Amino acid sequence: MDPIIVLLSAFLISIVALGVFIWSMRNGVFGTDSSGAKVIFTAHEVGHAEDPAAELQSLTALQRTVDLEQGHTAAMVDGELAQRAEADRSSSTVTFVFLSCAIGWLLLGSFAGLISSIKMHSPDWLSGYAWLTFGRIRTIHLNAVVYGWTSMAGLGLAMWMLPRLLKTTLQGGRFALLGAVLWNAGLIAGIGSIAVGLTTGLEWLEMPWQVALLLVAGGALIGIPLLLTLARRTVDHLYVSVWYLGAALFWFPILYLVANLPGVHFGVEQATMNWWYGHNVLGYFFTPLAQAAIYYFLPKVIGRPLQSYNLSLLGFWTQAFFYGMVGAHHLIGGPVPSWLITLSIVQSVMMIVPIVAFATNYALTMKGYWRAVLYSPTLRFIVVGAVMYVLVSLEGTMEALRSVNTITHFTHFTVGHAHLGMYAFVAITLFGGIYFVMPRVVEREWPYPRLIAAHFWLVLAGMTVYIVSLSIGGWRQGLAMLDAARPFMDSVAVTLPWIKARSVGGALMTAGHLVFAAHFLAMVFQLGPRRDRAALFHLARSVDHA
Amino acid sequence: MRSETRLFAGAFVMIAAATGALVALPYLQFRDLRPPSGLHPYTSAQLRGRQEYIREGCVYCHSQQPRDRSQAPDKDRGWGRASVPADYFYDTPHLLGTMRTGPDLFNIGARQPSVDWHLGHLYQPRAYVPGSIMPSFPYLFEVKPKAEPGDRVVAVPRQFVPTEGVVVAKPAALDLASYLLSLDHTYPLVVTDNQSR
Repeated sequence: MDPIIVLLSAFLISIVALGVFIWSMRNGVFGTDSSGAKVIFTAHEVGHAEDPAAELQSLTALQRTVDLEQGHTAAMVDGELAQRAEADRSSSTVTFVFLSCAIGWLLLGSFAGLISSIKMHSPDWLSGYAWLTFGRIRTIHLNAVVYGWTSMAGLGLAMWMLPRLLKTTLQGGRFALLGAVLWNAGLIAGIGSIAVGLTTGLEWLEMPWQVALLLVAGGALIGIPLLLTLARRTVDHLYVSVWYLGAALFWFPILYLVANLPGVHFGVEQATMNWWYGHNVLGYFFTPLAQAAIYYFLPKVIGRPLQSYNLSLLGFWTQAFFYGMVGAHHLIGGPVPSWLITLSIVQSVMMIVPIVAFATNYALTMKGYWRAVLYSPTLRFIVVGAVMYVLVSLEGTMEALRSVNTITHFTHFTVGHAHLGMYAFVAITLFGGIYFVMPRVVEREWPYPRLIAAHFWLVLAGMTVYIVSLSIGGWRQGLAMLDAARPFMDSVAVTLPWIKARSVGGALMTAGHLVFAAHFLAMVFQLGPRRDRAALFHLARSVDHA
Repeated sequence: MRSETRLFAGAFVMIAAATGALVALPYLQFRDLRPPSGLHPYTSAQLRGRQEYIREGCVYCHSQQPRDRSQAPDKDRGWGRASVPADYFYDTPHLLGTMRTGPDLFNIGARQPSVDWHLGHLYQPRAYVPGSIMPSFPYLFEVKPKAEPGDRVVAVPRQFVPTEGVVVAKPAALDLASYLLSLDHTYPLVVTDNQSR
């Protein structure tokens, strides 16, 4: 196939897609004003800061920061939040189950990751156990954090946000629970399979298709509450988070099913399919789940609607279009058709459009409110997560350029990049969301606010050490490998100090996760000081509990 | 049109376009590929070894896709010419790899044709490559007091073997070594082999 024609048609389709978008905006499809951004607030709620994870003092300071910008805001009337209290109550069981599973997987995944990291510089450590060999334990790490922690946490937050976003109660929660059962059963079987060596050998798709189908079915079941709740919505407008959640829940089963079709994929085609999946599970599942959380929690905490609502929808559609085709940049220099590589590089560069749309919107909304991160634990995580989305996406675009890719491809730089995305952006955002959500779910405050700070600083320090060291080490590895005058072993030797530093970073992150999990357990089992400050919760709810 | 309809229709179009470009088009393009005349199907021992390569996760550190000389000095490192789709005719699942924590293995069989070297290296990589960070695979071997008839004794440098007994390769190690030896794509490409590139 003539690459020029493919390229031109890719551009043409991009332009037509954007044209359709602009046309539909002109026709009021998305609304020409920003009233859509106010959908997540009740009548008098704008200007009221909210963070269930904040202590009373912090909350007062947070509100003062908001007041400084918005002036005195209208008082809320009695019962204004009654509907939301009901929404929260309807989703609490489902959310609790998902988040509990998520935290279990997070711990398993962290230790598996830490073991793999140490093994990389101490290769004879624990070498007598087949299931602990680097190639298996690394894969257990990936599957546990990706399909366990990230998926369960992202979907748990999705189930919690849906009734709030649609202003109704969660419908069909039991389908989600059944879905979670299938999903976790599949994952346990899948990780067990990898441990004993039953793996497909395809990155991100290691679980045998027989158990992968359980995740497809589970994912599809988890989508049912979305459809049922949509049918019962009382809002006219679908807030941008609903778009992201809806698309993510719709895309995942399709992606995972196509990727796991037995007997279809072969040779190089399987490689392109592998990276179509590997990159789209990020762009079509994890990224939208995390973005939905940012678009909800960020405005909610500071009591201020998104400043450019239309920009967020532009970001949605351009991301959906461009992100889908970037996967082949994982095969630059490989035995794949050049038209495919070129297409992926072009779309990777085009990703700048949604990145800039997101960054602009984010900066506009936070403008004047940056001090709020001092007082809101939720916002602290969410703000870091959002900055990391911008960083990882720009870095991804850079890495897709042939000149940069030649150096970074096949090196630890890519591993650093992957953690910048899945951890610094997605996981950090999910932590923030969980801190906001859990007090509503268990109707109790986080017992030890200092542990939230400890968690934050441990993982922030850990991920910084991790990502910076792998980026430097990986870059030096790539340069050493490109220099034919240097023996290959040089490219191994230069990485050693950096992969040791990575173990330090990983240990800090793991320590942070232990703090987080312990705090979660203390909250659930009602240990520690009991504070359930009625003022913090919905007015309606405080009446209920009076 | 209701917003939901628009959302799901749009989402479907997007994923269809992506799947078309990255899955369907390559499928159509490579469906009728023929193997190069110099490439042989794997023997059953090699296939078992390939499965072992997958089980132990070798793919996470070793690629099998030398890049073109214009991009990187892969050929100068002895990793071979740039590969073409037809080279992978018998390779399902694909094992192209994305990391080079260790070297590319597309032509390891040609570069390192000694079974003894491979077996010893699997038992203890650092006995052969100082500074190597490859895992050792002691569980693919057995340490016996004395070799029995039919045992494949692995010649490992003295300081790396246990003081008592000999190191004997298990069948899995022998299969893996025979797969590694089969990785030899040094045959010349004739024009028709290359048509899909």
